[in-house]
Amino acid sequence: MLSLDTLLVEFHAGRPRGLARAITRAESGEGASLMRALYERTGKALTIGLTGPPGVGKSTLTSALVKKARSLGKSVGVISVDPSSPFSHGALLGDRIRLTEHFVDPNVFIRSMAARGHLGGVSGATGDAVLLMDAFGLDVIIIETVGVGQSEIEIAELAQSTLVALQPGSGDSIQVLKAGIMEIADIFVVNKADHPMANQLKREIRSMMEILQYGAWVPELAMTQALEGTGIDELWSAIERHRAYLFETGEIERKRRAAFNHQVRQLALGKLQHRLDAAIASHPDLSIDPYAASERILAEF
Amino acid sequence: MDRPLRIVVAKAGLDGHDRGAKVIARALRDAGMEVIYTGLFQTPEQIVQTAIQEDADGIGLSILSGAHMTLFPLILDQLKAQQAEDIVFFGGGTIPPEDAEALRERGVQAVFTPGAPLQEIVDFVNGACGKRRALVG
Repeated sequence: MLSLDTLLVEFHAGRPRGLARAITRAESGEGASLMRALYERTGKALTIGLTGPPGVGKSTLTSALVKKARSLGKSVGVISVDPSSPFSHGALLGDRIRLTEHFVDPNVFIRSMAARGHLGGVSGATGDAVLLMDAFGLDVIIIETVGVGQSEIEIAELAQSTLVALQPGSGDSIQVLKAGIMEIADIFVVNKADHPMANQLKREIRSMMEILQYGAWVPELAMTQALEGTGIDELWSAIERHRAYLFETGEIERKRRAAFNHQVRQLALGKLQHRLDAAIASHPDLSIDPYAASERILAEF
Repeated sequence: MDRPLRIVVAKAGLDGHDRGAKVIARALRDAGMEVIYTGLFQTPEQIVQTAIQEDADGIGLSILSGAHMTLFPLILDQLKAQQAEDIVFFGGGTIPPEDAEALRERGVQAVFTPGAPLQEIVDFVNGACGKRRALVG
């Protein structure tokens, strides 16, 4: 493997390959020395999380947001997470198809990540990738989750602003009332807003919001047609208002703390899981019940 | 830690036939690799930038348009220009044997033609990209 020093030289020189290899290293569980060298450079980027069901248009929305950010002269990082096969551990990462117009823009860096068995809509190393892109100097980082549904809420811990994208005609008001992703939105995005049922969905989200208790920030609702770029300016304005709110109220510190906690927990859990699996595997005694076995293993930990 | 091979499967130029690329993508996925699919109509520059940002071990190019003698060399040039020649570059499609031989001579590591068994392709990718990992990391 490339030496850390060589890698850091490439990274500091702003070469995409340096960032690409740094992310690979973090994904392989070897991010510790890298993070030690780069952590102090983090904390400047605007991070946007984008989640929602499959087919809602997350990648297309991402592409539209990249375009908007680039028109404002900002450099952009995109992290796009897709599921890994639980059987072969392979993955087909296809979110780039919607992002092709940004491939050769030197100020856009796109990285597809496989979830590698990690549940929660992101990969175990997504937090690392965000920090690395931040340290690399990218202004805006968009994290697009796996499109799986109703409990991909880890993104809210990782990103400063969380966008929940929904599409019209995909379920009744009970779907909107369910717990999970509906509770993490800083901004709701109704994509495919030209759909005849778009206004109904908008009303359902609004009426759900009346029932819920919010703090100082009440989620905004943006109507978009990402493919046409319609509504993207308004969505961007909502993101900026949310960011201003975070900084004015000091809420940003709580967000940073949440992201930090999330990552520390991930790293610690990863190590614990390894030790735990080994302890379970070396406990061949099936004659005692599972409760007693788990107590015994934990007592020896 | 053992990490999966990452392979960019690409379609270049004016070539809308992606069944082959999808079959290969799926075979590589089922062999435990992480496959990044670029979508259709990519330029050589787009494909090589993708491979760099994704830190791919290899690029597999599918061409059924007849433009293989143009597009393969353009990607080789791009890899060279980006100092990324360590990335394993292979491909396939409707490519006559004499063209395949010429492409191999120019630096395309393998050229697969219709009828090539999927296992042969998987084995090649595992072998060539595994060798690259040992050298480059």
